[in-house]
Amino acid sequence: MQSFTYHAPTSISEALQLFAKCEGTIALLAGGTDILVQLRENHRQADHVIDVKHIPELHRLGCDPTQGLVLGAAVTCSQVLHSDATQDYSALRDSAQIIGGWQIQTRASIGGNLCNSSPAADSVPSLIALGAEVDYATLEGRQTIPVREFCTGPGTNILNRRGLLIGMHLPPVGARSGSAYERFIPRYEMDIAVACAASYVELDNDGTISAVRIALGAVGPKAIGCPEAANLLVGKAADDELIQKVADQAATMASPINDMRGTIEFREHLASVLVKRTLQTALRRAAGEVIVSHPH
Amino acid sequence: MNGSPISYSDKKYKVLGTRPIRHDGTDKVTGRAIYTNDVFFPDMVHGKILRSPHPHARIKSIDTSAAEAMDGVLAVVTSKDWPELKDKVAELGEGAVNLADLAGNLLAMDKVLYKGHAIAAVAARDVHLAEEALSKIKVEYEVLPAVLWVQDAMQDDAPILHEHLRTDHMGKLGDKPTNIATHLLFEQGDVDAAMEKADVVIEREFKTASVHQAYIEPHNSVALWNEDGHLKIWTSTQGAFTCRHQVAELLQIPISSVTVTPCEIGGGFGGKISVYLEPVAALLSRKCGRPVKMVMQRDEVFEATGPTPGSYVRVKIGATREGKLIAGEGYLAYDAGAYPGGMIGPGSMCLFSCVDLPNARVNGYDVCLNKPKTQAYRAPGATQAIFAFESVMNELADTLGICPIELHLKNAAKEGTRRVDGPIYPRVGLVECLEAAKSSEHWNTPLEGPNRGRGLAAGFWFNIGLKSSVSATVNHDGTVNLLEGSTDIGGTRTSVAMQLAETLGIAAEDVHPKVVDTDSVGYTDVTGGSRTTFATGLAAYEVGLDLRQQLCQRAAMLWDCDAEEVKFDQGTFSRNGDSLTFRQLAEKLPETGEPVVGRASISKDVSTNAFGVHICDLEVDPETGKVRILRYTAIQDAGKAIHPSYVEGQLQGGAVQGIGWALNEEYYYKDDATMANASFLDYRIPTCYDLPMIDTIIVEVPNPDHPYGVRGVGETPIVPPPAAVASAIYHACGVRMFELPMSPPKLWKAISESKK
Repeated sequence: MQSFTYHAPTSISEALQLFAKCEGTIALLAGGTDILVQLRENHRQADHVIDVKHIPELHRLGCDPTQGLVLGAAVTCSQVLHSDATQDYSALRDSAQIIGGWQIQTRASIGGNLCNSSPAADSVPSLIALGAEVDYATLEGRQTIPVREFCTGPGTNILNRRGLLIGMHLPPVGARSGSAYERFIPRYEMDIAVACAASYVELDNDGTISAVRIALGAVGPKAIGCPEAANLLVGKAADDELIQKVADQAATMASPINDMRGTIEFREHLASVLVKRTLQTALRRAAGEVIVSHPH
Repeated sequence: MNGSPISYSDKKYKVLGTRPIRHDGTDKVTGRAIYTNDVFFPDMVHGKILRSPHPHARIKSIDTSAAEAMDGVLAVVTSKDWPELKDKVAELGEGAVNLADLAGNLLAMDKVLYKGHAIAAVAARDVHLAEEALSKIKVEYEVLPAVLWVQDAMQDDAPILHEHLRTDHMGKLGDKPTNIATHLLFEQGDVDAAMEKADVVIEREFKTASVHQAYIEPHNSVALWNEDGHLKIWTSTQGAFTCRHQVAELLQIPISSVTVTPCEIGGGFGGKISVYLEPVAALLSRKCGRPVKMVMQRDEVFEATGPTPGSYVRVKIGATREGKLIAGEGYLAYDAGAYPGGMIGPGSMCLFSCVDLPNARVNGYDVCLNKPKTQAYRAPGATQAIFAFESVMNELADTLGICPIELHLKNAAKEGTRRVDGPIYPRVGLVECLEAAKSSEHWNTPLEGPNRGRGLAAGFWFNIGLKSSVSATVNHDGTVNLLEGSTDIGGTRTSVAMQLAETLGIAAEDVHPKVVDTDSVGYTDVTGGSRTTFATGLAAYEVGLDLRQQLCQRAAMLWDCDAEEVKFDQGTFSRNGDSLTFRQLAEKLPETGEPVVGRASISKDVSTNAFGVHICDLEVDPETGKVRILRYTAIQDAGKAIHPSYVEGQLQGGAVQGIGWALNEEYYYKDDATMANASFLDYRIPTCYDLPMIDTIIVEVPNPDHPYGVRGVGETPIVPPPAAVASAIYHACGVRMFELPMSPPKLWKAISESKK
């Protein structure tokens, strides 16, 4: 591991000034569960490591009926899992509880998972399905964009290592709504998604579906929203045949690669299976059922 | 559910068969046990290895000058620092090695033969400096084409790894360059004639991927080449004496100038018999005059140590309509990795080891290719062969509509069965294991529900004897210190101490076992081949007899009689109404003269022949090809389970490794012939979430070659799982799998194709 200078700014403006001041490469550190491994194993070089955990605004976590969920960039998976604020955002909780084990979850942040920008990141499909918007700051000022526009490819995002993620906003969920995230891994724990999917459904009083969002992960260079497939469900009552049709339609958005975790055809197939399963779980949750998707 | 062993012996013991707390337990659970990485010296420096990025290349030049010029770098070595080494074969206990190949494997000579092949090593003030120095070493390569699959490497037009290599066909050398190092042949009876007469003939091909031993502790060593020329080594090894032997030969120094201290070991499974770091750390230490510590990272462990062979196996069996096997033929090609000397011998010998097959022929090939030099892994070579054979047996059972246990019983190897490679079994316990399976609760509980299936398979491993030494001192408080040379990987300090305790009639806790360095005990072979509880235990028994005899003489001195008049029974010495317990006599020893010290050495050229039978229940998710193991029972003949909890632990550990091999473990290679998954993230050993508790049934058919009937137990349990899992998958979803691992993408594909 190469030696680096460590910085711990306590405000957003101080962090942004460091971006301007530091010469050479910069890495941002929140929980460090990705970045420290990458630095240590020489997969990444950094002359400066900027620890953002000491910036209070990055720790905001709260929910109100009009604003929805505010999730600071440095909030850990463990906090997401144990906060009342997140209880209506099941897909996000599904994601947070399978990112690493307990030890990792007490360090790793959802913001870090997003900024690491792995195509297989567990939180990103859930954030897309839950309609999240991302707040970030650069030297030019603050901006807000939809989360699906944040990642630009494997390991890259619009911050381009010169911006600071402040947090995410997730809109309030519908009165009768449910969401779910599921990934496929060869084992039952401690693994990276071969393919993953998240779904959000909102029901009218008569049980017809009024809103749907579907997202896929690990089947392309970044997570993929599937609005066309989702629209097939709007205004309808779900049945097995329709769900299968929607799942197959969503899977056409996948553009996976062959690698050690799976083949193209396997991943395309998994995309459909996982969309189907997350829609089923989301619908059951919308109907009031309590489903703990991850028994461990 | 682990009950009492099913015993076929009427002998009663006081200590054997009980479950005392292990002697090293407190140090292990409190983190105070000393592993090699805990060894520290004030002036110690750190070594790192430069490794090849190419799977096959000629080294045109190495320039280490920039690294050597760095501040804080104390030494740099390359293969030029080896003394001149001629081809010479050294026996390592479990396998043998050509020393010139070994040196080349540790620091490449003129070619690199796999990605991760060591080229140079640096010692520096800290690890980070050492890593930076590695980046300054300039190596010029001429990149060569690589070959990774055993059948490809056997082709005439395959890239050749060793220009001088000629195939050894049963002792006769071939005449052209090749990657096939050895062709061996075992044969008995008239296979072709018998096959003609068979009512049913099944012939199938099987492939298995390279898998790693995946011990949790990476290789790590400390070496100190002292000013007086004496070399001290602290290391994680399965055999301190084997390590000493290899180091002395590689460095061309006398064995008496090397002391190896075996530290606690975090797993070996056969992969810590060959040296990797020790001689390199020694070369660095000689150059810089300081102790040098070297610790591998996990990717180095995967890319440069282990693995065990990937294989191609073809099996053909002929049987009568009633299910009696009459002929068998096998073709096995195992990859040896970069240098000759893989696991083809034991693999070929094991293929038909579970059955009585009078007409059999096995051809085996040891083949070099561009992967790390293969090493032993728990029953080395057997799992690949038995996966193939037992899968064919299970298909035969399904074809004939015979219960697989009945089919196995009809053909089971037993006392007097001649194995295809020659040996005739003494009393063995396969039939008893099959009977135990048949009457087990597991086998008699119906498996219900969709996509679920049950499978069964048998397995075998030879287990070895070899040489062990111990010495023991009687303390005046009635306890005994036991010094041994067997590194303790699976609880053998306790299983060996218990045999001494039984022999002396004292409690297991009153024996204090200690694994000592190579200066402090007689020569002892590796902890491998499931030999330690058997062989070092036998030495402990012998030293117990020695102490008993000496103590009878001391009692005779006290009682003023002849030693022959003193009787020993269950820890008490007596004569005509006089009696002293072991402890009472120990307290009086100072009155009787010199301290009582015993010694024993044994050399046993025997196999202890352990058979096992496994039952697996599982469920397949037909939409994803993912398997969940629902229930698993491992049954094995232990001869005599000295410490049943350790035997159960060995059965469980072996089963888990076998299940990992069956379902997910593999070296996955990218198009550029480099390993894609050199980490525990993507090299998937099972986690506790992937398995139910493994149930065990211990069967005890005493081994006639041991006074307490002990057989080795550690290796056999890795052998049956892949075939048991494959059979259960077939019964769950109707798909036969012929390739390991049976990972979700492959199983899903097979299921989808079967539906077409």
